[in-house]
Amino acid sequence: MSTVLLSANQLSVRFGGVLAVKEVSFEVRAGEVFTLIGPNGAGKTTVFNLISRIYNPTSGTIDYAGPQGMLRLTDQPPHAVAALGIARTFQNIELFEFATVLQNLLIGRHTQRRSNFWQDLFFTPSVRAVELEARQKAEEVIEFLELQHYRDSLVAGLPYGVRKVVEMARALCAQPRLILLDEPSSGLNVEETDDMAFWIQDICQELGVTILMVEHDMSLVSKVSDRVLAMNQGEILALGTSREVQSDPGVIEAYLGSVSDVSSLRRPVVRSGSHP
Amino acid sequence: MIQFFQMTLSGISQGCIYGLIALGFVLIYKATETVSFAQGELMMMGAFGGLAAMTWLGLPYWLAVLSAIAAMTLFGVILERVVIRPILGQPAFSVVMLTIGIGYVARGLITMLPNIGTETHVLPVPYKDEIWKAAGLVINVEQVVVIGATAVLCALLFALFRYSKLGIAMQAASQNQLAAYYMGIPVRGLNGVAWGLAAAVAAIAGLLLAPITFVHANMGLIGLKAFPAAVVGGFGSLPGAIVGGLIIGIIESLSGFYLPDGFKDIAAYVVVLLMLVIKPNGLFGEKLRKKV
Amino acid sequence: MRFRFKTDYEQDIRLAKHGGHQFWYGALMVALLLAPWVIPEYWLAQLTFVLIYSIAGLGLMLLAGFTGLFSLGHAAFLGVGAYTEAVLTNAGLPFPLALSCAAGLSAAVGLVVGLPALRVRGIYLGMATLAFGFIVEEGLARWDSVTGGNSGIQIKAPEIVGTTLSSGTQFYFLCLLITILATLAILNILRSPTGRAFVAIRDSEISAQSMGIHLARYKTLSFALSAALAGIAGALYAHKLQFISPDQFNILQSIDLLLMIVIGGLGSVHGAFLGAIFLIAMPQAISIFKDYLPDTIGQAPGLQSVVYGSVLVAFVLFEPMGLYGRWLKVRTYLETFPFYRKGMFKRQKSFQKSDRLR
Repeated sequence: MSTVLLSANQLSVRFGGVLAVKEVSFEVRAGEVFTLIGPNGAGKTTVFNLISRIYNPTSGTIDYAGPQGMLRLTDQPPHAVAALGIARTFQNIELFEFATVLQNLLIGRHTQRRSNFWQDLFFTPSVRAVELEARQKAEEVIEFLELQHYRDSLVAGLPYGVRKVVEMARALCAQPRLILLDEPSSGLNVEETDDMAFWIQDICQELGVTILMVEHDMSLVSKVSDRVLAMNQGEILALGTSREVQSDPGVIEAYLGSVSDVSSLRRPVVRSGSHP
Repeated sequence: MIQFFQMTLSGISQGCIYGLIALGFVLIYKATETVSFAQGELMMMGAFGGLAAMTWLGLPYWLAVLSAIAAMTLFGVILERVVIRPILGQPAFSVVMLTIGIGYVARGLITMLPNIGTETHVLPVPYKDEIWKAAGLVINVEQVVVIGATAVLCALLFALFRYSKLGIAMQAASQNQLAAYYMGIPVRGLNGVAWGLAAAVAAIAGLLLAPITFVHANMGLIGLKAFPAAVVGGFGSLPGAIVGGLIIGIIESLSGFYLPDGFKDIAAYVVVLLMLVIKPNGLFGEKLRKKV
Repeated sequence: MRFRFKTDYEQDIRLAKHGGHQFWYGALMVALLLAPWVIPEYWLAQLTFVLIYSIAGLGLMLLAGFTGLFSLGHAAFLGVGAYTEAVLTNAGLPFPLALSCAAGLSAAVGLVVGLPALRVRGIYLGMATLAFGFIVEEGLARWDSVTGGNSGIQIKAPEIVGTTLSSGTQFYFLCLLITILATLAILNILRSPTGRAFVAIRDSEISAQSMGIHLARYKTLSFALSAALAGIAGALYAHKLQFISPDQFNILQSIDLLLMIVIGGLGSVHGAFLGAIFLIAMPQAISIFKDYLPDTIGQAPGLQSVVYGSVLVAFVLFEPMGLYGRWLKVRTYLETFPFYRKGMFKRQKSFQKSDRLR
């Protein structure tokens, strides 16, 4: 029985009159791939933003097994989250547009810095050593995700698919214990999605990072997820393995759609010979 | 006590001027999310335009006013087309610098006009130097005209944005340009309209201010006080601009009278700093937070 | 065409990245060191001003170009530094001590001015800094007893280790030394985690937070550092002019500083220097060309305004990357000749989407 890394307890958040997340509770175990699915507006990214502490919950808490033991994540400021070992990617790509890919990755390593401002000002040998080490680690991630070609390009000119991968690379550079992936395969073609599936499995199995992701591509979800949580309109619909959730009637109703629907849309076949 | 009312009245009148210039800022900001530092200079040009129409062309007051406003509106549209449109994708700061540059050019060109630019001129308005006496107060008609004109203008603009297709289209284009394009809204044309409207408002402000401060090339520096007005009201809110202007005008007027020397000049800035501490988005401003 | 063959991560960290860099910057250093014996005294004084404005420009470039925080009242820090230096030097303090105090006090004021930055963004921050600029200017004018009010004060020559630097050449070398140190400091910061944190804040605050960057701390740091550099520049400015008054540090001076970094090239260290050269050279160029223009234009008082404004407008319209950007394009053209492609530096067209919605 693996340990619980993150647990959300009765999380709710209200924006003005809208209750975006309604008493959501779930647990993420160490070493697993946990996926959130659901239609748009279900509150999945909002849950991510709650974990990243970009939003404050109206009620409920999140507990996290930090480096020094369990702590209440909802008490932490946003910039402390990365140092605790939680990294994330963003749905609409929040890269540093006017920096190169390499610089983006090096910024990702910010939590690993060991120098203060004055040492930076004089660029002491210790800063130089840390810089070289950071570069080494960033290069390892570049090699892992095959970004060598784009290393020195400004992010602003890169195609969408590459940017998604750079987002993931940047999150990996923080050497996280938990990584939040927000729709990693959106905008990727079939081949790139296959690559993404392999990378997610590698991140989980080789690097030992727990993955919490939001995803719409059901085949990817089936392929990599250990457990799936389906949400709709801020509430939980179902929780279980991928197969269990995908066959849950409530989930099919709200999100997946049943197979028979499609056949009623099929156009009748025109027999040859009946053409004028 | 009389003094207090007197000061408040002149503060309201001055505040209306600030409010009108701030209104121009906010119009442009709402339409194109850019800040234009050239509003002060546009006001100055409007005043000079009115002066030219009244003295050179010898037009009667109302005709001169209308022609000056029309000319400035056209100028605003042309300015947008030639100078602003090409740079619309660029970071906000570059646009600000551009408008500062435009302001410099406008001020310099007016100053360069031989004999006219460097002098202070009097604008011959029909209500010049007229005074009303009521309840012991001496009321300057010029100030009353400012307040009245501002009220009328605000009502017109409110009607424009609330009830007319043009106003709604402008708001739509300001919130999401791409969606507005898809809906068939001529976004670029609307930007021109916004600038033209802002220039017209600035011209009106200039024509209203001219009888009080006279027409000269450095009139536009009042624009620097109108910025705090827009911020206090909340950038992005049209009524906020006027309210902000009034607040700044009144506080400035009262501090000039009751506080030691020098406070009058910085009153506007102290107010804006206080506002940014208490309510960072201004009185009616919207919360700026990017949704990720 | 030049290809850089990299064999070591050190090469990307070093300041002078390849032989070409080392050669040209070395030549520049030699030229600057020999300047007092080569160029006439008037131009040496102008060069000194270029160095002084470059230091201020470096500070503002760090704040606006690299951290994305636009300060519309930067002249206030210049003024604080200038007056601190003036008062302390007149009281007899040696130069290094007075300069450190000027830098320190400016940094403290920068910290205070930076406080709004923690809560507001964009135009609101610009307004706050503008407001501070006016208040500081007024304060300097009103605080008669210390600053001499609107009539200004005179400053004695700087004194280091007992010797007074009174000649133009001596002062030039002092400015050159401080400029070099300031440039090295900025370059060091930019290649270290602190500098990258600044750039992160500029490009995406939310993302930066998620990477563990403490926004408040770094924004405040950026303001303080930028103000300290402006303070140092102000101190040197005071010594150079030997007389200062509050109206030298008004909104027009702030706009001049911004003009400098925009025309120089926002977001590059070179831009600060190119902008400073432009700022000092422009009035000289105008006064030379004035004689070739008809009197109505040449002698008109508004000419400088028109030229400044037009140049600024022209740069924003046609060369948004500034002088440094233009130099990059020229250099790329020469380096990749004849394979230079027209669209190499073209930025993608972006549709404006309001950031205002919650």
